[in-house]
Amino acid sequence: MKLLGEKGVERLLSVVAFSAISALGLIAVFIFIEGLPFLFKYGIKDFLLSSDWRPDAGKFGIYPMIAASFWVMLGAMLIGAPLGIAGAIFLAEFVPKTVMNIIKPAIELLAAIPSVIYGFIGVVVLAPVIRDLFGGPGLSLLAGAIILGIMIMPTVISISIDSLLAVPVSFREGSLALGATKWQTVHMLTTKAAKSGIVASIILGMGRAIGETMAVIMVTGNSVMIPHSPLESVRTLTANIALEMSYAIGMHREALFATGVVLFIVIIILNSIASVAIRKKVIVK
Amino acid sequence: MKKYFILFGFMTAVLFFGCGKAKVSVTLAGSTAFQPFAEKIAEKYMASNPNITVTVQGGGSAVGIQSANSGAAQIGMADLVKLPDEAKSLTSTVVAQDGIAIIVHPKNKAVNLSIEQLRAVFNGKIQNWKEIGGSDAPITVVSREAGSGTRSSFEKIVTGITLVNNAVIQNSNGTIRETIANDENSIGYISHGILNDKVKALMIDSVECTTESIIAKKYNLVRPIFLLTKGAPEGEVKNFIDYILSDEIQAMIKKDGLLPVK
Repeated sequence: MKLLGEKGVERLLSVVAFSAISALGLIAVFIFIEGLPFLFKYGIKDFLLSSDWRPDAGKFGIYPMIAASFWVMLGAMLIGAPLGIAGAIFLAEFVPKTVMNIIKPAIELLAAIPSVIYGFIGVVVLAPVIRDLFGGPGLSLLAGAIILGIMIMPTVISISIDSLLAVPVSFREGSLALGATKWQTVHMLTTKAAKSGIVASIILGMGRAIGETMAVIMVTGNSVMIPHSPLESVRTLTANIALEMSYAIGMHREALFATGVVLFIVIIILNSIASVAIRKKVIVK
Repeated sequence: MKKYFILFGFMTAVLFFGCGKAKVSVTLAGSTAFQPFAEKIAEKYMASNPNITVTVQGGGSAVGIQSANSGAAQIGMADLVKLPDEAKSLTSTVVAQDGIAIIVHPKNKAVNLSIEQLRAVFNGKIQNWKEIGGSDAPITVVSREAGSGTRSSFEKIVTGITLVNNAVIQNSNGTIRETIANDENSIGYISHGILNDKVKALMIDSVECTTESIIAKKYNLVRPIFLLTKGAPEGEVKNFIDYILSDEIQAMIKKDGLLPVK
């Protein structure tokens, strides 16, 4: 290290650090270069608001996919967020630390399971159950929402736990000393103090849900159609790109990159909101 | 995106290893319907010609045409009834034929569809199995994604198809087969080469989808598999294509479910 000296090492590290950022930059530039010209050529309004997606006929309207991504994400949040937050409160407040130290890593392992496995379980187990219980093709918005709801739980739980544990013990002691019960302390004080972290966990979960591809392709059936019921088959933005990219040439390919631009912007917005929320928590502390 | 990265990584790897040894290499890319067959043939070919490396990549018919045009692969594979304009400048050789089987769940009571009925089902005009010889249950139509070679061939042969809106879309022959095998009320189409007993192939206009009926030209849902080259094939590329057309390999293709050209 003497060879390089203090300054040299510093420079070397900054190059390494910037290479990661520049990868992000390159991806962004690449997607925008490929996708933006199409957006202007075809018309942003037609692209976003028309529901006619027939690449063979030169029709590229992604409104059904935007609607599908929104509903699948919302469904996943309705399933994953309450369960995740309840689980986090239980683990952070009501369970001895040793138990939490076993359960929390186990939950985080859920995040390590490849999404194709989730999709496979969805196709083989969940879809037939939905088909038998409610009718329809089984491969549906509902199946996608349930699978994604499970997939985002590790994100929601671990970030919520961290923010709950970051609430100073003195807060709790004060509340308990005033005669509040454990539950009153939790729902009137701890969760309020940790609110921004919990919100951030939900938003990051939303980002994960909207960006997930493989599992969604496998369980939602991928029909290009504005969903009218959770039992209908839908195609999300990510699924649209992944399904058709390998066959797409010309305008069709550009339209898929433009779909990527839309997705990129949505996810950047979600992640920025989440990081603002997390920063707030630090200030409160 | 991921696919492209994998492809890129793969190509760099090929470059790396290719440079190290004095081997001649032939690269094929394209149609996923022919890919498993090409891989098997390549293996056999390399076993008897140790100084030649044959690399087979998938990606779909469009990728086959693109990479033959750009020179990324010497041979592009495409499984289309009619080649698009982009392929006009390329030399095409038909190396096999592939039937498109219309499949349903084995428990489905329907056995035969006319071409008109098939068209009406995929257009959403017929929505219940009882109209076409099945039980009283709604039909779930399963199709491929826009741009797929199998889908465009299917639509070109049947003609007049505007796919019903609520059709379930799957992105490979294999996943279509799985979907049909899991849903008693679904109908879809796959390459004849990958039929198995988890699904049942329907008769079309009272003709069964079998190797014999396809060779006898009685079964109409058949598409050619093209190998595309820039200019007339020469050198090792020509040798390999000739090898695929040899009696031995054509017999092997037939045994595995595709149909020989001769």
